[in-house]
Amino acid sequence: MIKLTIDNRTVEVEKGTTIYHAAKKLDIDIPTLCYMNLGDLKIEHKPGGCRVCVVEVEGRRNLAPACATECADGMVVQTHSIRVMNARKTVLELILSDHPFDCLICAKSGQCDLQDMAIKMGVRSIPYQGEKSTYKPDFSPAIIRDMDKCIMCRRCETMCNDFQTVGVLSGVNRGFEAVVAPAFERDLDHSECTYCGQCVAVCPTGALTEVDHTTQLVRDLADPEKKVVVQTAPAVRAALGEAFGMEPGTLVTGKMVAALRRLGFDYVFDTDFAADLTIMEEGAELLDRLTRFLEGDKQVKLPMLTSCCPGWVNFFEYHFPDMRDIPSTARSPQQMFGSIAKTYFADTIDTRRDELVVVSVMPCVAKKYECTRDEFKVDGNPDVDYSVSTRELAMLIKRLNMDFNTLPEEDFDKPMGESTGAAVIFGTTGGVIEAAVRTAYEVHTGKTLEKVDFEQLRGIDGIRSASVDFDGTEIKIGIAHGLGHARTLLDDIKAGRSDYHAIEIMACPGGCVGGGGQPLHHGNPDVIKARQKAIYKEDSGKAIRKSHENPDIIKLYEQFLGSPMSEKAHQLLHTHYFDKKRKEVLLD
Amino acid sequence: MTKIKSLADLRKKKEDLQAKIALREKSDSPEGRVLVKVAMATCGIASGSKDVMEYIADELNKRNIDAIVSQTGCMGYCYAEPTIEVTLPGKEPVVYGDVDVKKADEIIEKYIRNQELVDGIIPVNYQTIENNKEE
Amino acid sequence: MATFMMHMLVCGGTGCRASASDVLYENLKKEIKEQGLQDDVQVVTTGCFGFCEKGPIVKVIPDNTFYVSVEPADAKEIVAEHAVKGRRVKRLLYVDPVNKEQIADSKGMGFYKKQIRIALRNCGLIDPENIEEYLAADGYEAMGKVLAEMTPEEAIQEMVDSGLRGRGGGGFPTGIKWQIASKVAGDQKYVVCNADEGDPGAFMDRSILEGDPHSVLEAMVINGYCIGATKGLIYIRAEYPLAIKRLKIAIDQAREYGLLGTDILGSGFDFDIEIRYGAGAFVCGEETALIHSMEGERGEPTFKPPFPAQSGYLGKPTNVNNVETFANVPVIYNKGAKWFASIGTEKSKGTKVFALAGKINNVGLIEVPMGITLREVIFEIGGGIKDGKNFKAVQTGGPSGGCLTEKHLDTPIDFDNLIDAGSMMGSGGMIVMDEDDCMVAVAKFYLDFTVEESCGKCSPCRIGNKRLYELLEKIAQGKADKEDLDNLRNLSMVIRDTSLCGLGQTSPNPVLSTMDNFMDEYIAHVEKDNCPAGVCKDLIRYEIIPENCVGCTACARNCPVNCIAGERKQLHTIDQSLCIKCGACLEKCKFNAVAII
Repeated sequence: MIKLTIDNRTVEVEKGTTIYHAAKKLDIDIPTLCYMNLGDLKIEHKPGGCRVCVVEVEGRRNLAPACATECADGMVVQTHSIRVMNARKTVLELILSDHPFDCLICAKSGQCDLQDMAIKMGVRSIPYQGEKSTYKPDFSPAIIRDMDKCIMCRRCETMCNDFQTVGVLSGVNRGFEAVVAPAFERDLDHSECTYCGQCVAVCPTGALTEVDHTTQLVRDLADPEKKVVVQTAPAVRAALGEAFGMEPGTLVTGKMVAALRRLGFDYVFDTDFAADLTIMEEGAELLDRLTRFLEGDKQVKLPMLTSCCPGWVNFFEYHFPDMRDIPSTARSPQQMFGSIAKTYFADTIDTRRDELVVVSVMPCVAKKYECTRDEFKVDGNPDVDYSVSTRELAMLIKRLNMDFNTLPEEDFDKPMGESTGAAVIFGTTGGVIEAAVRTAYEVHTGKTLEKVDFEQLRGIDGIRSASVDFDGTEIKIGIAHGLGHARTLLDDIKAGRSDYHAIEIMACPGGCVGGGGQPLHHGNPDVIKARQKAIYKEDSGKAIRKSHENPDIIKLYEQFLGSPMSEKAHQLLHTHYFDKKRKEVLLD
Repeated sequence: MTKIKSLADLRKKKEDLQAKIALREKSDSPEGRVLVKVAMATCGIASGSKDVMEYIADELNKRNIDAIVSQTGCMGYCYAEPTIEVTLPGKEPVVYGDVDVKKADEIIEKYIRNQELVDGIIPVNYQTIENNKEE
Repeated sequence: MATFMMHMLVCGGTGCRASASDVLYENLKKEIKEQGLQDDVQVVTTGCFGFCEKGPIVKVIPDNTFYVSVEPADAKEIVAEHAVKGRRVKRLLYVDPVNKEQIADSKGMGFYKKQIRIALRNCGLIDPENIEEYLAADGYEAMGKVLAEMTPEEAIQEMVDSGLRGRGGGGFPTGIKWQIASKVAGDQKYVVCNADEGDPGAFMDRSILEGDPHSVLEAMVINGYCIGATKGLIYIRAEYPLAIKRLKIAIDQAREYGLLGTDILGSGFDFDIEIRYGAGAFVCGEETALIHSMEGERGEPTFKPPFPAQSGYLGKPTNVNNVETFANVPVIYNKGAKWFASIGTEKSKGTKVFALAGKINNVGLIEVPMGITLREVIFEIGGGIKDGKNFKAVQTGGPSGGCLTEKHLDTPIDFDNLIDAGSMMGSGGMIVMDEDDCMVAVAKFYLDFTVEESCGKCSPCRIGNKRLYELLEKIAQGKADKEDLDNLRNLSMVIRDTSLCGLGQTSPNPVLSTMDNFMDEYIAHVEKDNCPAGVCKDLIRYEIIPENCVGCTACARNCPVNCIAGERKQLHTIDQSLCIKCGACLEKCKFNAVAII
């Protein structure tokens, strides 16, 4: 143990502890802008770049960054001396001197770490005025980069490179011109970006934001010619409440439905319905491959990988295109919902597909990109017209002056609002595969599960493995969240080191609960864990907890699709993948 | 070239080489050859030392003067590049600065041929480690 | 064939010429002719002896007599006494300032001991592309000795005892650095030579690599043996093509001779060296940034610890030394740590190479023992200030250093003294300034460099240096007020206090040291809108002095913007609204009729 003095108080810490954490032990809050620690997710970002966390260490010539300096025995630290406060304020003034002052209309206003810091430090004027760095704004289908607002905290780089191993964002140029950008300062659209949105989720300022579809949505809602249908992803209900001051992990399903109805949607449906449908298709595909494999078919590709996460789909299309025959061909729940809504449902209400606007509320920014994919359009009309994030929905609710906390609890509309517990858990890592196992087990064995909770599939570790006994047959299952972890599993498969039968992959930490479109967790990993807990709570409270028992899904097959993997199902619910390797990106 | 395989080998090699070079540099015999070193670091080359070296080599050949022209690194007199060092048999080396082709011609004719000093000598103003003995 | 018995060398450097050495030369020639000695005594003008304080200089050979402060009238006596009678003219001999003795033979003069070439020992002596010449000059002797006769511990101890400190700028004791790297366990360790010389005006590393590449290779093998590394990497900027070429030749030759590779000299020790190219970023001279650059990452520094000795190239223990440091190493083993430690000051041993530049007569590369004074370097070795102007300041330590003034001239130069004086050793750039240099403009010049070369990782360096530059620009334009001066100082202190690496921690030094030593100039810019040195364009104007103007039209003909009007033989005038202040008129006027106001 190491003993040191911080602000005239003694504290003992373990070797290797930084001054920042030692001060935390004494409830001394040292402000930072670039530091980020996602605890259990094992992401610690401490570049020592912003220099706001500097403290005075006795005997040291210059000030030390608290976030990166390790404690030493007998160290004497002052965290708020005059020298420190002057340096901290001056550094903040410098950062502000190179920042556009459009806070009034900034997407991050009220949620901005830099703004909070300026308030805290009482900055009233900037003595150091001069040239500001300006960059061409970059509009991709999902993410907007406005690098004028970048403060070079480099958190996005850590997420993109270390956690996701996507490697799109990195520091380019030198000195005052230094900025984070894709290679050769290309647009995101011309990079290998998967649109996972984790950069957006950790950006302390308005430099990285999602594409805003709320204006379009309000216009469509106001258009009497259009019927507007909304679907909400499972993870949204576990996080939306945070935007209205509720504790992380508060479930707001009923209030959310009420709010959507008051916003003026004609039909308030649930993506969970499509998640059940996904299990029907993906589960059938898994069983088909599994049965053939167990019968000795050498051609069959195993393990089967899930395909409901659009960030993940982009990832393997760019980074593992030669393995694109391994993932399930089942479309994501968002897209299954869209194609059923614009066929089966449109028929029931006797409406043309171009009169119907399908909007999704997603915890995700990659979903914005997914609905623009050409293969999900019919004659140019997309199955899902556009997707708004949880954050955008919260903003819209506030804009319409609704008091979210006092809204009544309401139910989804029928028929596409009916769902099971299996669908809800799509929102967390391990959930999709658990849902698939619940159905596949019963279909494969013909027996009824006594207990539907598969605890061995749950958790927060980046890579998990478990096995499930299918009545004598051991099914090996792998789970990864975070694309870096996915890469590890894929490399294993490529090298022939993998004996999994099925693998679930989610791009974001914790799965969709930690999605790039969720209310900002501001670097607090407990928020993600609380949302995960809420998801399982919703599942256990559901009357039906297995997808194949959803009565409206059963009806859908009876009336429209026939059976899982039928020709019609293939046409509407399955897809194919592309080789997007770099070469093509560079050629266009 | 065979590899040097031991410290003893290395020292033997050094002695052979030193003898060879001493013969060439310090020969007192009238047939002793003239040694011309041209400072060919970036500073020298930038000031034209390549042309000077080529000229000197060609001209000495043409004028039947038995000499060795070799390149070397920066002598430190960057204000006077190109610089060359001329060692006549049995004499102390003399460094000339600002040597262009014209000057080189003068050095060959006057100094190398007739041992007559030419304007533009750079006085040596440093000690080598060899002559820095403990005082 | 003419054989002169005696040569008289007359200094023809600017300093001596200003004291009529050209007349002296003519007088000597005349006297010799009168004495009928023209076939026996030759008079020659030479380049600067570098001893301008005591100019004009006449040196007589073969007896090496060194006359100082010789006036044209002394020619007669020198010829009559020295040439005819063979007796030295005693009153013109150099008097040793310490023991007041007259010294006749220049070899005995302290002046010649002011430069000792250790790191540059072979530069200008051997052919760098021929390993045999290096071998003849004791090459690889030190390596052989260390490999055959010393344990790594003994060899490290020798390095510790020598007191050698890193020549790249930091001045960290080399032996201690090796000791640390040797004690860290690792399956693979690396020796890295930092040849990313980036200070503007400094080129000693390039000169060593171009003139004596083997000395660096030899030192790297010794270093590898000491710390247990078998791989060496030289990180060199791609802008040094000649140094790269010679390094490649040297590496190939050393391999061919078995001096690199496996089982070197039968010792069982393996070592080989590769070259890595840098793109010339100044910050990559910082060792963690250098390592990142070699790994293919963005060349930016990371917080230390961990030090490279703990986790360096590819996460392995790595020792990084600079070229000049390595060049000293073989000599230390050949001549002994004691010998090396006998040169220099108490805490800074050996010599340091400086690149002398600026308003000085002998621009070039010098190697001097630590402890020499700035006065000796500038006025004796450097030959004093150009064109007889007055010395104003000397900038040491490159862009991160500070400006030292008259009052620092007698401070012995070593790592610690320079820091105490508000500057630093840096890699050894030394830029001399005279009365025509504006110190605000000087600070601005260096800030321009750091703004360009900052990696942009930490806020104070990325934004702060830019703001410093902008403030200086404001001052140079006469648009600043006193509050800006306070802001300038505060910002400088904060940047120094909070920056991540050495670049930002030192980048405000040129500002702080000029503010400390030349505050009056800053105040003149701010309060009087006046640039005392007449440099800052926005604060000066060119005017024609009517009394001196003869109407020759030279100014008007050379004005690039045609803003000078006037008929032949009549007074000319400058239209200030059009003038771009290029100074062409001042340069062309032969009648001192153009002045900076």
